[in-house]
Amino acid sequence: MSFPWANHYEPKHPLMQWIDQRLPLPRFVYGAVGAGYPVPRNLNYWWNFGVLSGVALTIQLITGIVLAMHYASNGALAFDSVEHIMRDVNSGWLLRYAHANGASMFFIVVYIHIFRGLFFGSYKAPREMVWLLGLVIFLLMMATAFMGYVLPWGQMSFWGAKVITGLFGAIPLVGEPIQTWLLGGFAPDNAALNRFFSLHYLLPFVIAAVVILHIWALHIPGSSNPAGVEVKGPQDTLPFHPYYTAKDGFGLGVFLIAFALLLFFAPNALGHPDNYIPANPLSTPAHIVPEWYFWPFYAILRAFTVDIFGIPAKLLGVVAMFGSIILLFFLPWLDNSPVRSGHYRPLFKSFFVLLCIDVLILGYCGGAPAAEPYVMISQVAAAYYFAHFLIVLPMVARFEKPLPLPGSITEAVLAKNTIAA
Amino acid sequence: MATGEQAIDPHADASEDGVRRRDFINIAAVSFAGVGAASVLVPLVNQMNPSADVLAEASIEVDISAIAVGQAIKTIFRKQPLFVRHLTAKEIAAADAVNISELRDPETLAQRTKEGHKQWLITMGVCTHLGCVPLGAGEGEIKGAFGGYFCPCHGSTYDTAARIRKGPAPKNLLVPEYVFNSDTVIKVG
Amino acid sequence: MVRPIGFLAGLAFVAILLFSMITGAVSFITDPPAATAEHEYHLHPKELQLASDGPLGRFDRQQLQRGFQVYKEVCSACHSLRLVAFRDLRDIGFNEGEVKAIAHNWSTEVPSINPSTGEPATRKATPADKFPSPYANEVAGRAANNNALPPDLSLMTKSRHEGAAYVYSLLTGFAEQPAALVKAFPDSKTPQGLHYNPYFANLNIAMPPPLVADGQVTYSDGTKSTVDQMSKDVAAFLVWTAEPKLEARHRGGMGVLIFLLIATTLGYMAYRNVWADVKH
Repeated sequence: MSFPWANHYEPKHPLMQWIDQRLPLPRFVYGAVGAGYPVPRNLNYWWNFGVLSGVALTIQLITGIVLAMHYASNGALAFDSVEHIMRDVNSGWLLRYAHANGASMFFIVVYIHIFRGLFFGSYKAPREMVWLLGLVIFLLMMATAFMGYVLPWGQMSFWGAKVITGLFGAIPLVGEPIQTWLLGGFAPDNAALNRFFSLHYLLPFVIAAVVILHIWALHIPGSSNPAGVEVKGPQDTLPFHPYYTAKDGFGLGVFLIAFALLLFFAPNALGHPDNYIPANPLSTPAHIVPEWYFWPFYAILRAFTVDIFGIPAKLLGVVAMFGSIILLFFLPWLDNSPVRSGHYRPLFKSFFVLLCIDVLILGYCGGAPAAEPYVMISQVAAAYYFAHFLIVLPMVARFEKPLPLPGSITEAVLAKNTIAA
Repeated sequence: MATGEQAIDPHADASEDGVRRRDFINIAAVSFAGVGAASVLVPLVNQMNPSADVLAEASIEVDISAIAVGQAIKTIFRKQPLFVRHLTAKEIAAADAVNISELRDPETLAQRTKEGHKQWLITMGVCTHLGCVPLGAGEGEIKGAFGGYFCPCHGSTYDTAARIRKGPAPKNLLVPEYVFNSDTVIKVG
Repeated sequence: MVRPIGFLAGLAFVAILLFSMITGAVSFITDPPAATAEHEYHLHPKELQLASDGPLGRFDRQQLQRGFQVYKEVCSACHSLRLVAFRDLRDIGFNEGEVKAIAHNWSTEVPSINPSTGEPATRKATPADKFPSPYANEVAGRAANNNALPPDLSLMTKSRHEGAAYVYSLLTGFAEQPAALVKAFPDSKTPQGLHYNPYFANLNIAMPPPLVADGQVTYSDGTKSTVDQMSKDVAAFLVWTAEPKLEARHRGGMGVLIFLLIATTLGYMAYRNVWADVKH
């Protein structure tokens, strides 16, 4: 599970020896995130976001467990119980704002983590399983975040639940029964709220379990690195502790500063005012939007406006929205260029920049009203999104002439230092 | 997350002073992380304390005009039972006859009632042992060997001034804060 | 196999999307969306500066008390404040006795039951009570207001974009409907029973102008109660009802931020120390 030159756990304290002989948990931690895990020496700051995702998940778990001590998952009480937390519970406002904005922070770091993987080819052999498990985590996160947003039972909660479960209504023949089954009724009500609460509490622990698999799968080949060449020997690696614990500690500080700015000084900036109006089944808000982290997918959903060959536009939109994530599962085989790092792939690099801009445009259009010109723009942007992964990447892999790769990580580091000097 | 900065440079080959300065920074960084992690615990623990609405001073008014001599009622004060008992002359005499020095929690009946209203015994209906509701306030309930209240959970027995006389309870039944608004209405809390 | 199938799927998605785009573009050109009165005449809220703005903002308690007075004497006739309790008024500078008196003398009583008969009854409010609603229920609220339910005000400044400025603009924004509007959009003439207000989303609001004359409320602190001043004060008060913990948040945030800046600086120095002898 590791390189032959990895440090071996040798407990000095008799108590640790005693524990280690009976339950080798300290040895396990030492090998996973301690001095026993050799990591490429050239990781840049983009590699901080894996650990930060773990921190964000932990923040959500802790604040969520605490909030559940005060929340009431009943249609008549839910909205007021959230306001009870905001007004009367000791430090309740802090915990609730931390949880609501923590979700945004979680998505920010995970998106950066994903795009880092996309640029540096972290999804390529032998790390396909790491990528696939990461996508499973992402899907679970999306489900958890959606159900969590329903819990305050405001206008956006209610209508979000109605619209998103309505997506399943697009499935031919069985759509409507499935929608009714998901909601436990014909519109969101107590039954839906209670099951969403139950699952919202459960799924984060499932996420934590898949995170462990994700890290386990990572430790088989070891971490990828910006040069994209494999580790050749001990000179290419550093022990995770203290080198990367120190670097991650600093990164954590920067992350927490950003989090604190959001939480204490703009806690409602990323939310929607309508969710401070209690759910009202008789009145739809003028402009329904999901939370910002769903906007690119929401734009893809809304980009399909025309029925094709008798297939309703609604179904096409739903298929495309799920397809936009599902296709990422095939990415390791779609992009079969042997070169990992985008640094050595000039053509790929240009298209990657285009993809980043494209997703930002999709996000902007997803948050805008469903009117022209936003629909037209999102149609072009969605077309590029699919083209990028399904057409451009395989072609680039075929025709691109990559730059010469460094012989080893150490060589890459030395070359960089020479240029800098 | 708090241990992120736990780092001591293994290759420190600088001068003695350099090593000390580096160690100092590393220790300071780790200490800050520790203090930060500890202070995060404060809101997480504090949120379990009673919230502002629970602490809000709620007071109740009880109309005692309908309680006949020898009768008692149970009502609710801050989510706990409250006993209001109209003592008979015999019960008052029995309570006054007790030698205070022999009691576990020495108090006279006069200390436990309001002046001029010695016949009105107002106590919480919460056994001071482990919090069960003692019997004796309801019609037909057993009052125990001392004619006051009897807790069925572990056999604590209270007399006609609701003082502990027998059994495991350490204290007399608690007398809450109250005032007589008039001869027939009391305000508790 | 993945690549050819993916290629075909990709072509299909691109084709459908571009076809949709062209269809949309054609209809956008041949049949451009009609202008609406809302689009042309709706106004963005006016500038409003309050003491509670900004990262270090604090409430101006004098102003909150004036705003509370406006709520009490004007708004509370129709609008509830159901998430706020009388005891909360201590936070804006009323003492225990004043809070008790305000609760006791509140114009609406708290629903209750008669303890001897069980019949529905009302009782005087206590500091522990939330502000009682002026209407027994939603139906009563609609019946009394021409079917337009006056919304609860507790969270008003958080449930609208730029809430405080919106409340202030709305209260001072009642006007005659511009003749040009009616000329351009004859269907948009303000209906009977509604009132023209360009700050309201669809321009016509059911609420009649609540603050109509200077001096409508007599301030005890001597501030001149112009309509503008009263609107500002009640907007400030509603910022407090929506976010009563604002000051604790700002104060806590500053402390946390200073701590984090020091800790992160130390963390950076420690990181440099650890890496001092490694080229990377």
